[in-house]
Formats: sequence, structure tokens, C-alpha cells
Amino acid sequence: MSSSINPSTVGSAVVKRGLADMLRGGVIMDVVNAEQAKIAEDSGAVAVMALERVPSDIRRDGGVARMSDPQMITEIQAAVTIPVMAKARIGHFAEAQILQALDVDYIDESEVLTPADEENHIDKWDFTVPFVCGATNLGEALRRIGEGACLIRSKGEAGTGNVVEAVRHLRTINAQIRRLQSADASELFSLAKDLQAPLALVQEVAATGKLPVPLFCAGGISTPADASLVLQLGAEAVFVGSGIFKSEDPVRMAKAIVEATTHFEDAKIVANVSTGLGQAMRGAETSSLEVRLAERGW
Amino acid sequence: MPRVGVLALQGDVREHVSMLEDVGADVVTVRRAEQMDDLDGLVLPGGESTTIAYLLTTSGIRPVLERKLEEGFSVFGTCAGLILLSSEILDGRSDQWSYGALDVSVRRNGYGRQIASFESAVDVVGVGPVPGVFIRAPKIETWWGDVEVLATLDHGDGAHPVLVRQKNVWGCSFHPELTNDLRVHELFTSSL
Repeated sequence: MSSSINPSTVGSAVVKRGLADMLRGGVIMDVVNAEQAKIAEDSGAVAVMALERVPSDIRRDGGVARMSDPQMITEIQAAVTIPVMAKARIGHFAEAQILQALDVDYIDESEVLTPADEENHIDKWDFTVPFVCGATNLGEALRRIGEGACLIRSKGEAGTGNVVEAVRHLRTINAQIRRLQSADASELFSLAKDLQAPLALVQEVAATGKLPVPLFCAGGISTPADASLVLQLGAEAVFVGSGIFKSEDPVRMAKAIVEATTHFEDAKIVANVSTGLGQAMRGAETSSLEVRLAERGW
Repeated sequence: MPRVGVLALQGDVREHVSMLEDVGADVVTVRRAEQMDDLDGLVLPGGESTTIAYLLTTSGIRPVLERKLEEGFSVFGTCAGLILLSSEILDGRSDQWSYGALDVSVRRNGYGRQIASFESAVDVVGVGPVPGVFIRAPKIETWWGDVEVLATLDHGDGAHPVLVRQKNVWGCSFHPELTNDLRVHELFTSSL
């Protein structure tokens, strides 16, 4: 038994990815104030994403969407015991520095906010706090991991309540992983070039058949059935933005999506929690959108 | 070959399954109350303790596990699992319940938020140093009764227990399942 002070390491890849591992099988809910954060925690959320406006309101209001006011983030941190995440604009490392100074548990370098840099994402290796980033395909996911992201979420199309883009992105990532697995070693160089992804990561995915970090799903999940769908397609957890607090009965919807995420393979339970939920958020057809958030980031 | 369940409501279930298989256990993932039958032991994984507590209630597993714990069932909880087994929770939600099967008082996120999450070797009695991964880890502040301390760690504020055992109930603040070292899981399964 040791009684001397042991040397310890903070901010290692193991502890950064480890928190993402702890969130697996869970629901991360967007909240805009401490009251919503409490509701999310009461309903079984594994974490909350603190932001000033949910994506559907950002879409409606237009204008530049930025990092949230630190006061709001601090109030939410004080209100709940679960991890608190917050969003920084793509490439806006100063916003990320502020979020790290506030002790947020995860930073989402998010296309939902207006990008600050149209060429470069944040150098995420520079930070002790871990980052999650969105991706629409495997190359994008591996570029983000190369920059230090410790968790990937398929982007979907935030604020639409329409799961179609989330499904497209998950299926694309999975299909591209399968393609790498069937390639021989000499083909991986060219495939890495096609994917515009770091060769070492391409070789790792080809060998293991999965991303080096957990893969969650975001953007358009608004019912328990949506959660079950994306988990069956290989997502390990879900982010739900507008889908909860824009529904008719947020508490019931939140609880139902939490249960459907755990029991995603048990259609009887998903049917049961889907019963009498009230209206889900209204949603939008993606072909009618003026702004495609998923196209932000590169 | 012991038959060991891993509570699979939320958290890092896969890593526990893989480690238990590697130490020769027959592993069952548990999401429903009836899957609790015919188990020699159960692992409560890392995850969010408030979420797992909520799902223990909705799934109907909560009273089944309570009864089995009273009957001397073997359970090993890591991180969130330790919180769920403890007798007292500090800095938790005011309404957070726990099984009271381990006479320890744990402080949620007692080692700090994610920015303070760390790796450090942990010296386990009778085993030696094992790698310890502490993620928003609960800190054991006090313990009483016949709790046996199997490892302590001084993270700058005096030595605190990080692996404890009370008869058939085991708990640790860290995540042996996030490493390649099987020895903590072996300790548990060899007791079954």
C-alpha cells in the first residue's frame, strides 16, 4: 500500500478519451439555462451541452452564433453534478481557452456556431480539456482526430428534427471503415490520400475496424425511435439538441429518449416509451434549408 | 468458470466484458431484471451514477440487486459503480440514492472536474502497482465497519482509499477496465 505522493499525469489521451467512454450508452442534452439542466439531469442525461440558443433557434434567428456567456455556463455547472460541455466556434482557440479556464468537461468545436477560421480547426492537442468534433465522413473524422479530438459525433443537420442527415453520415463513416478493412496494406496509401486523412490513422482503422475514439451521433434526433435507429447503426451515444426542449412535453421526451438509448435493441421497450409522448419538435425538410450547418468544417 | 454479469444500462460496459472474458469468466450483459438470475457476481461499470441510478429504477433491477446484496451477492463497482454501492454520497444530488452496501462515504468528483482527471500508479495489497485511471473520480473520504482498504493514493491531500472491499462487495475510485492490466478483475473473480 502506497502512502507517498505518486507522480500523476493529467490531460493524457487515456483520460480524455476515457470520459467519452464513460458517456457511452447515454444521452447528452442541449440546455440553455440551469433550470433545463436540472430537468436533463433528473431525466437521466449523462451530460449537458450548455449553449445560449438551441440549434433550431440559431437557424431561425440567423446572425453570428458565438460561444455562450461564461455566467450561464457557470450557473449550469453549479446546478448539476453531471459533466457540462460547451461549444466553441470552429478555429476559435481563444473561445476554447476561455471554456477550459471555466473548467468545462468537454469542448465541442461545433459547426452549429459560426466558424471563426475557414481553413484551420483548433489545435486540440494544446488543451488539457478534451474536444468533441463533428464529421460527415471518415476522412473528416480522422482529420479531427489527427488534430486531437477525443470524441467524434456524426454531424447530422442540427436544428431540423430530421434524422436523415445523421443516418447518411453514420452510414458513410461505417461504409468507409468497411472499405478500409477489405483493403490490402499497399492500397491504404492511396485510400489515405482519397480520404485526405493521416496515413497512420487510416492504417489503425483498417486494422481495428473502428475509429480510435468513440463515435456518437448528433443532429436531428428528436424521438426515441430516432435514438434506437442511430444506435443500431453503430453510434455509441446520442446528442439531442432542439429535440427535447422544443417538444410538447420535454420531461417525458427526455426520459423516453434516455430509455430508448439504453434499450435500443428492445423494440417493446422503445414502443412503450414512445407511447403518448405528445408532439415531437416540428422539424424541417432538409432540402428546404437555406443554411446547411454540416457543410461547415473541412 | 464463474458467471459474471456486467450491468449494461450505461457506461464503459464493453471494456469490463472484455477484461472479464480475458480472466476466464462467463460474461452476461444485464439490462433487464430477469437477467440477474444465476449470476455468481456482478460488475457495476463506470459511467454517470445519476443516469445509471435512474435506469436501475426504470428497468426494475434496483430492488432485485438490493435483495441480492442483502443475501451476500458479490458485486464490484468502479467509479460510478462505487458511488452506487456506497453508504453515503457527498456533493451529489440531494435526492441521490445508493445501495449502502459499502460502508464508505464518497465525494462525487472528489478529485475534481475533467481538467483534473489523471493517471497514477496504484499499489494494491498483495498485487503490487497497477495503472490507475481516475476520471472525474469519486473520492473515499471516510470508511467504517469491516471495510478492508486494499489500496490508497495520496493525490496531494493525504492518503485516501481507492480500492476497498467489505466481504463480497468491492469498489474502486479508478478504472482498471481502461487499462490492459487484468489483476484487479482477477482479484474479484478469484473471490467468486
